[in-house]
Amino acid sequence: MSEEKAAVSTSGMRVVIVCQGTGCVSSESPEIREALEKGIEQQGIGDTVQVKLSGCHGYCEQGPIVIIEPEGVFYCRVTREDVPEIIECHLKNKKPVERLFYRDPGTGEAVACYNDIAFYAKQQRVILRNCGHINPEMIDDYLAVGGYEALRKALLGMTPEEVIEEVKRSGLRGRGGAGFSTGVKWEFCHNSPGPDKYMICNGDEGDPGAFMDRSILEADPHSVIEGMIIAAYAIGSGEGYIYVRAEYPLAVKRLRLALKQAEEHGCIGERILGTDFNFWVHIMEGAGAFVCGEETALLASIEGKRGMPRPRPPFPAQSGLWGKPTTINNVKSLATIPVIISRGADWYSSIGTEKSKGTAVFALTGTIANSGLIEVPMGATLHQIIYDIGGGILRGKAFKAVQIGGPSGGCLPESALDLPIDFDSLSGAGAMMGSGGMVVMDETTCMVDTARYFLSFTQNESCGKCTPCRLGTKRMLEILTRITEGKGVEGDIELLVELAEEVKDSSLCGLGQTAPNPVLTTIKYFRDEYEEHIRNHRCPAGVCKALIAYYIDPGECQACMICLRQCPVEAIEGGKNLIHVIDQDKCTKCGTCLSVCPPRFNAVRVISGEPVPSPPSATERKITRARGEGR
Amino acid sequence: MSNDVDLSLLDPILKKYQSQEGALITMLQEIQAVYGYLSEVVLTHLSREVKVPLSQIYGVVTFYAQFYLTPRGRNIIRVCRGTACHVRGGSRILEAVEREVGITEGETTPDLEYSLETVACIGACALAPTMVINEKTYGKLTPKKVMESLSRKDRKEREVE
Repeated sequence: MSEEKAAVSTSGMRVVIVCQGTGCVSSESPEIREALEKGIEQQGIGDTVQVKLSGCHGYCEQGPIVIIEPEGVFYCRVTREDVPEIIECHLKNKKPVERLFYRDPGTGEAVACYNDIAFYAKQQRVILRNCGHINPEMIDDYLAVGGYEALRKALLGMTPEEVIEEVKRSGLRGRGGAGFSTGVKWEFCHNSPGPDKYMICNGDEGDPGAFMDRSILEADPHSVIEGMIIAAYAIGSGEGYIYVRAEYPLAVKRLRLALKQAEEHGCIGERILGTDFNFWVHIMEGAGAFVCGEETALLASIEGKRGMPRPRPPFPAQSGLWGKPTTINNVKSLATIPVIISRGADWYSSIGTEKSKGTAVFALTGTIANSGLIEVPMGATLHQIIYDIGGGILRGKAFKAVQIGGPSGGCLPESALDLPIDFDSLSGAGAMMGSGGMVVMDETTCMVDTARYFLSFTQNESCGKCTPCRLGTKRMLEILTRITEGKGVEGDIELLVELAEEVKDSSLCGLGQTAPNPVLTTIKYFRDEYEEHIRNHRCPAGVCKALIAYYIDPGECQACMICLRQCPVEAIEGGKNLIHVIDQDKCTKCGTCLSVCPPRFNAVRVISGEPVPSPPSATERKITRARGEGR
Repeated sequence: MSNDVDLSLLDPILKKYQSQEGALITMLQEIQAVYGYLSEVVLTHLSREVKVPLSQIYGVVTFYAQFYLTPRGRNIIRVCRGTACHVRGGSRILEAVEREVGITEGETTPDLEYSLETVACIGACALAPTMVINEKTYGKLTPKKVMESLSRKDRKEREVE
């Protein structure tokens, strides 16, 4: 029932918004919502308080998130046990529960409202404008924030040519990664001859570490659908597909519901909004192939074939799905379209840099304090994103690199932190906007291992059609693997660079053309780490297993038994008052001992590039404590 | 074994997508939802009915990661191999799971109790490293937590039986 309640606060009602994005659902937000509903009913305050769900708020690190409107109070890391207190104190007695407030990690101060939290205050949300604020399962919520007004404006007051002109003037570039002008893309398709054209939304988000398309589809599906209908009107298409990654069941569910509601509202189907324009939308679920994010592969997949790319030209705008002119736009591009039409190209183009207009969404993850989904104007610096919004590096470690653009992108070092980010500056630095994954890495991340990780992903996902990608990535992966195993030889780095350039130049599609980027950028900015692996068989970050050993420093060990108990393979020998020793033959180098050793002892060492010291003798291992002594 | 397969379960799917060009992947998805995997008998029947060569169907099935030609375990463990999980020690989680259930990635235990898979990213990066057992997501994992969650699962199931 609660799905049908309006989310936008009207008539002085209090609204309790419980995030039902994937991150919060993983930490039991459905149970919290249920407990809230039950509690409110039991307390008999149901006529003044509504519970509603929303999509992702982006601040997944703090989940599960509960927001109370109209005050805008933001409760984080809520558990089921907190629910009675929220109801009793806040909802009944109007006294917010301070212990559940967000705490600024810098000042330690409790912040009540989400608008005051640095993570939100420093963002500009255009694409994510509705995410977390409306109920994605209710079209009325979307209509209440001006939804489908852009469609009305376009269909009733603009010609398709005018729509295209507006989008061209806005400077919007495709958010799928490559950054081609959306308006120009539409114009090509509009000008292609033929009565049948297709409009496709590419929701095959496959980059590991990127989940913004999913969040948008889950939190604000109508924006994407509205953008898609406007696009179809502009290019002259009567039929469209939304291609969604199969791993996103919740997105598929909410899209289906949204399509049904849009149809009931006369926004999809025959004679849309009373005009002569007809447009139907189908949903196609992918079946698990990363390469299908490439547009020609995606088309093959919709046609029921192996999702393999084909050479372009002809471009899909000339010959796409079933050989008909087709436009394929990313989820984020389409979600932007309604705002551009509503607020105008001039407004949109006032945001961003000279050649990259608007905002960019990033999935900020890795060893950073505030993981989550963020949106900033193009031209913001990495420093602003990582430190002002992201809250800096986790556990006070040192920043090492930031990987942008997933397997197609690159790793940028500290010297790039002041780089204003847009499509062109990132390409210039060897990275790529890509899907917008932004993974922060600290001193404990090995750059050779990172390059190997990304390449093993692309190598695995290579469809095998063209030789440079199929064999080139395989050979590169072999070289990287042997370097991480300490078997690298002089000349390996040069060979990698040579192969990488070949694969980039001669692969058929974007997958192969960009797959070498993580390798090339790590060599460019962290070449010394490669050389340490090859020449000294040493992994400076202490990651590559073949090159490291864990060792307990007898001078620091307090024989507290924690690592001994936690070791999954029982490789640690010792006892009460007996200094612990790792049996190097049994050790699988899982790193558990290092992570559980209390920071005040800090006794576990990672040793690389030198022999493991021999363990202390039996007498040296005995700890005799004076009475009352403890550390 | 092939005799036990009830091919009539295919009929509604065949009827629904009759004469629909390009519906092969959707049909295979629905067929797999019915049978749990795509057996040779079922695919041969499908090939005859939709008049698409079996070789072509096989080509499609083996191209996409979500189609299975062999039965899968009752419990599906998916370890996330996304970047955020990798940076926060995901490979050690996979090793711990492999050690615990005694199979490697892509395999199913002989008793069909577990299948172990990896996924590129489940989008719960803030909880990294993560894994999903059936529908439940486990976050902020350590090798020790993996052992606990898997053994607890076993215990619970043994009690049920």
